[in-house]
Order: sequence, then structure tokens, then C-alpha cells
Amino acid sequence: MEWLSSLINAALEKISVTTPAQLRTTGILSMNCRNLNYISRYNPRPLLPLVDDKLTTKRMAEKAGIEVPKLIAVIEYQSDIRNLKSILDPLQQFVIKPAKGSGGKGILVITGREGEHFVKASGDTLSFNAISRDVSNILGGLYSLGGKTDLAVIESLIQADPIFNDYSFEGVPDIRVIVFRGFPVMAMMRLATRASDGKANLHQGAVGVGLDIATGHSLHSVQRGQPVRQHPDTGHDFSALKVPHWHKILSLSAACYEMTNLGYLGVDLVLDKNLGPLILELNARPGLAIQIANGQGIEPRLKTIESLSQHDLPIAERVAFSQEHFGVLTSET
Amino acid sequence: MKGRFQLGVMITLLILAGLGLTLYKHLVLGFPLVGRDSSTVWSIEAWVSFKAQGGTAQASLTLPDQQSDVWIMDESFASPGYGINQINDGGQRRAVWSIRKANGRQDLFYKVKLRQEPGGPTVNDQPEPFIAPVLPEPYQTAAQGLLKSVTEGSADASSFAGTLSSHFNASKPDQNVNMLLGMVDEGVKFPDLLINLLHMANIPARIVRGLQLEDGRRRQPIVDMIEVYDGDKWQLFDPRTGQRGNAENFFLWQRGGKSLLDVMGGVNSEVNFSIISQQIPTRELALAQATQERAPLIDFSIYSLPLEAQNAFKIILLIPIGVLVVLFMRIIVGLRTSGTFMPVLIAMAFLQTQLLPGLVIFISLVSIGLWIRSFLSQQNMLLVARLGAVIIVVILLMAAMSILSWKLGITQALTVTFFPMIILAWTIERMSILWEEEGPRDVLKEGGGSLLVATMSYLLMSSPIVERLTFNFPELMLTLLGIVLLLGQYTGYRLLELKRFYPLVRAASQPHL
Repeated sequence: MEWLSSLINAALEKISVTTPAQLRTTGILSMNCRNLNYISRYNPRPLLPLVDDKLTTKRMAEKAGIEVPKLIAVIEYQSDIRNLKSILDPLQQFVIKPAKGSGGKGILVITGREGEHFVKASGDTLSFNAISRDVSNILGGLYSLGGKTDLAVIESLIQADPIFNDYSFEGVPDIRVIVFRGFPVMAMMRLATRASDGKANLHQGAVGVGLDIATGHSLHSVQRGQPVRQHPDTGHDFSALKVPHWHKILSLSAACYEMTNLGYLGVDLVLDKNLGPLILELNARPGLAIQIANGQGIEPRLKTIESLSQHDLPIAERVAFSQEHFGVLTSET
Repeated sequence: MKGRFQLGVMITLLILAGLGLTLYKHLVLGFPLVGRDSSTVWSIEAWVSFKAQGGTAQASLTLPDQQSDVWIMDESFASPGYGINQINDGGQRRAVWSIRKANGRQDLFYKVKLRQEPGGPTVNDQPEPFIAPVLPEPYQTAAQGLLKSVTEGSADASSFAGTLSSHFNASKPDQNVNMLLGMVDEGVKFPDLLINLLHMANIPARIVRGLQLEDGRRRQPIVDMIEVYDGDKWQLFDPRTGQRGNAENFFLWQRGGKSLLDVMGGVNSEVNFSIISQQIPTRELALAQATQERAPLIDFSIYSLPLEAQNAFKIILLIPIGVLVVLFMRIIVGLRTSGTFMPVLIAMAFLQTQLLPGLVIFISLVSIGLWIRSFLSQQNMLLVARLGAVIIVVILLMAAMSILSWKLGITQALTVTFFPMIILAWTIERMSILWEEEGPRDVLKEGGGSLLVATMSYLLMSSPIVERLTFNFPELMLTLLGIVLLLGQYTGYRLLELKRFYPLVRAASQPHL
């Protein structure tokens, strides 16, 4: 029987397919398991609107004293678009996003002006009419789940911390931390590439860099599921990457648990040059790609947290626990 | 944990209930599981005719009884102007036609539909006690002599009967037989004689009348046969040949020696039989039988609805199959589709259009729709209005496609109307957003996934076996429900995840740098 299983394994290896047994020993969380055992168990449905609506999240965070990008204005009705010009006039840089958008859809980043036109992050220019059309689409529900009517949120543009300039092609790199029952369990950084069109979206070709929970040091990096060592556009080696303000990032993320009461949460943060780590948005259905970026399965860590006898620890203790138990490179630093 | 246990019990119950009801319907009510098997139904018409003499006329005909291995499905009488009564004459059913006044030739009809059902419930059929008859001399002596020699040449009741009748059928009958045949010349019926002889030998025997079931027989007379009880069951003998009768194709009309037809107030009476066999789908038979018996499972089922509604349900009952395919592809395989159950609706449209024309129509509609939608997206307009515009454009496209293909003689494209246009419009809208945001690759991936799932659903739904199973056994839906609930509990890996996480397993097995 053994030769048979080894034969099958070899055949699967050839077409780069693994077996469920191998995945299980690696501790990889499957989509079905995430949905059933974590999201539906720890994220009560009535709480989901809190994170599905970015405006609610933002206001909640401001109330809780958690740093977020500054809210400039909200466009609620199609008729309000008339006021858009007066809102945008004093602004050089801003971001417009749908309050209920998902997966980064419909986010418009304006980095500057060129006469009458607005300059996008990619360098393309847009007329004011194009922007008001985008806003109209947002309000119409083009980007929201189920096509429900939506709000357009205008907020200040993040001044990306220049220490990542070497690692990102255009776009602002963001940091995703999975927080399970208040404990940060896994983290990664998403870096835009030319292939991802300046978007920090892994399945569009952005690079995912797994981060050590203990130190914020890079562990492993992948693009489109395959390991990479350097940024495909800037050529910088990821092994030197280390995220500053790491403890602050973990504390901010962990604090989101108290804010939302969601047990299985994806926290997206950015590093602002002046303001430090800011919470960008929360996600009640964070994806599984973070495991690929880390080169590690997340399930053993989730199980560790679940087996704890006491969960309602102060934020600092939770962060300390995670740093102690989930760190990979602790010995080096 | 408790909730999980409850769900487990519920799932088990649902699956078992579905399978159990299906088996019950198959085994007890006789619904065919698969295959369009059909059964032979014999339709026998007894045609009574006589010449009435102007006064009161009455005709009574022996009717066949419910018997083992035969199921009488339906009987009917046709006789203009006659009153009909069914009476029980010493355990035998008889139909009595009567009329106050009749003259000239009279034709009365009795029609019975029956189906042979081997292995049906057996009717208790023990021989009645009898007294050995005494024949007038010299027949009594001749009979005793014959019986003695027959007893010597036979072992049991049935071989006795065989030997006895072969004596009568011998080319050179012996003395005793010749003597006894004299009784037949005197007006005693030959079968009666045989029965008397058998009774003298203390063997239970009786005369039966019946018909050989053969398709297309007209003006068939009724046949007298002899049944001999061999201590276990009745054996059929043809008195004229001495051969064992073929009980399988012999439909027993009457037992005992009573007259088949009595006519009062008429002359020249006769009864003729015509026999037709029909092939009827077993399902309809089972349904008819169950309806007759008022089986509650049938009485409160889709079959009690009008035919039109039943036809609608024929298609509706297929939807769970498509749903199951979608769930399987989602949960077990992990394929992405645009709109969760959209592939099921597409598959239902395919059922009307056939697969290839359906695929061609769908792809061309969506492509043209996407092209027009890309024009609309350059205009500044509200989302709902744009969706409405896409719907109208889809309808225009459908009309254009129908007219154009009709003129070209491609009638297949006329089925385009079966596509749900709201779904088409939504698909176009979603695809176009996907195109703008993620690029054409994702559109192809998602669209391809949807079409793949739709095709798979179609192939399953259009399979005659599946269609028959779902329609004949709607109970199976309980089983499907159980399976769906079970799938909802699946936390294992999806097939595509085995590929997705492959680099991870390799990375984890290597030491960190």
C-alpha cells in the first residue's frame, strides 16, 4: 500500500497538486472550515453591518480612539453630487470610496491636480465629470454587495511611509492582521506591483509578504501563489523588510476586537508618514491567502487561542501572548 | 455539540425517509425505479348476442373473479337500454342485463382490463369436499376397470390425470374407454365425465372455463379445462389433449360447472370473446392501481394535481438536481461562478434549447450585451437606469436573433425566448463590472465556470433516468435535502485548494531561511 500512496503523491507532485492529508498536517485552514467553524461561529450576523459599512467602522473607530484616515465628506444622495465640486475644490489629494464596497472595488485615489484635471495614483488624469460619474455609480450600488444603494466616502489621502517606497510599485502598501478573539494571529503586507496595476490585491498580482508576529520582520513572500525573493519591479530583496511601529500595529489591531466584538476579523492598516499606523478598514471575511504569504497554515494558531482557558485579557497581554507564541524569528531579535 | 448531533439525526432521518419512501413506492406500489419499462395489459371483451322475442329479456353472464396472479384493473358494461345488476351467485359473480321489452338481435358487451402479476397475493383455494359419484351400469364397471389400470400406471394426482386423459386420446382407445365415450354420445359433456372419473379415484378436480390470452384474437370461444388438485396446488389440464395447460396465459373466467351464459326471453344466444393486448408504461399502471387503492402516499401527491400542473412540476422537480451540482462544485470543487444559482437557471433554459444551441445563444447574447453595455458605461447615468437599459437591449437582441435566424431557416434559435432575460441582464452587468475591475481574464474564468456548472447541471437534468427518478419519486427530494444539509457541514478542503495551497506545503516542508 505504501508504494501506491507514494506513487500517487509523485504523480500529484508533477501536476503541483497536494493531498488533503498534507494540507492537514501543515495546518492549512480551508475555505469551508473558515466559513463554518470560524466566521459563522465567531462573527454574529447582526454585527456584520458594522464592518460592511466603512463609514460606520470609521465613526466607531474615531469614537474608540483608534486612528483612522481623516474623514472629509460623505455624499449620500445623487442630488448631493452638485456639491461635489465645492467639496473637492480645496483638496489637492483625496480618496473616494464606496462605504459598502468589498475587495477594494470602486476606490478612487487622487494624488494631485493638473489644471482642471485630477491625477490618479497610476498617473492617469480624470475630468471632474468622470469623478462625479464614479460617485454616481457608487451611490447607485455598483460596488456594494447585492447592488444596494450606497454612500460615497471622501477621506484624506494617506501619506505612505517612504520606507516602503523600494518595495511597492505605485499604490500604498497595506498590512493585514488576522485577529482571532482579540489575539493577533497572523500578519502580512501587501505590495502593489506593475502587474497588479498599483492595487494591493493579491489575486491581481500584488506581492504578499508574510510578517513575523513577534517582530514584524518579513518571513516569506509570494506573488500569484509562487514564492519570490525580490520585488518584480523594484528588484528589492524582501528579506530586509521590517515593518516599524510593529507593537503599535498589533495593539491597534487587537483593539478592533473590543470595538466590533467580531471574533474572526481581518484588520487592514497603512503606515502614514506623519501619523503612523492607521486602520484602513475591517473585514469580517478575511481571505486565506495570508497563509500562502506566510508559508504557514493558520489553523494551529487558531486552535491555540481556542484552547486558552481565559480570553478576556487586556490588549497588551493578548499582544504579548501572540508575540510569544506565534513568533517565528524570536530567537534572532 | 448538541446542535450538531440534532442536525446529524435530522440529516439521517431525511435521507432515510427519502430512500425509504422511494423503496416503498417501488416495492409495494410497483413504481419502476429506472427504465421506461412497460407491462402488458389484456383487454378482453365478452360479446353476448341473442335474438329477443319481443318480451322481457334477461341475460346473465358469469364474470371473472379477482384471482391470484391476475389484477383486474377495470371493468365496464355497454348495453343500450338494459339495466345492469351484479349479483353473487354462490360465490361467483354474475352480471345480469335485463330489459322490459326487446325484439330482434341484441348485443351486450362486457369489457375487462387485466394485468398478469405473478407473485401477487394468493387467493385461498382449497378443494371443497366431494362424494365419489356412482355411474349407471355398465359405465360404473367400465370406469372402475379403467381407473384400476390408470392407477397402476401413475404415481400421483397430476400424473393420474395425465394418464387418464391420454387413455381417452389414444388413437386406439381400449374397451373401457370406448364404453365410457358412449356416455358422451348420450349427451354427457366430456369434461364432466373426466371430473366424475377423477372424483371416483378420490382426486379433487373441477372444471374451469377460461381464455387463452393471445393478442388480436376475435370471436374466441371460451375453453373448458380441468383443474386437478395435487395436494398443494391446482394443475391445469386440457381434457382434449391430456397436456398440462399453460396456466400462465390462461385467464380463468369461471370455476365450477355452472353455465357461462343464461338467456331468458331470447334464442340463439352466444357469447364470444375478443382479446387485445396493450403495452402500458408500468408507472401509469402503478399509479392507477395506487389511486384505486387510495394509497395515501399517492392520494396526497403531485399526481393528484391537474396534468398541466404536473408537467410544470416535472421541470421544477429537476431544480434540486441543479442546485446539488452547484453546491458540489462550490463546496467540494471550489469553482467560482457568477451568481450563485445562476447556472441552474441557465441549465433550465438549456433544457428547452438543447445544449449546443443554448451555449451558442447564451455566449452570443452575453457578448453582444457586453459590447453594448460598454457603450452605456461611457454615458453618465444612474445604475438602475443602466440595468433597465440592459434588460431592454437583451430583449431587443432576443427578438433580433429570433427574426434573423427564422429568416435564415435556423429554427433552433427561436428557443432563445427560454432564457430568463433578467438573469441575462444581471449577468451582463456583473460581467462588465468584472471586466472593468479585474480584466477579461476573470470574466472568462467566471463565465467559463458558470457555463461549466450549467452544462453539468443540464447533462444531469436532461438525463431520462434523473427525470424519471425525480418525477416518479419526489420523495427523493428529502434525500437531496439531507445531502444538501450534509454538504453544509463539510469543512474539508476543496479540490481547487489542493492546487492553490501546493506551494505552501512545499514551503512549510523546507526549513526557513
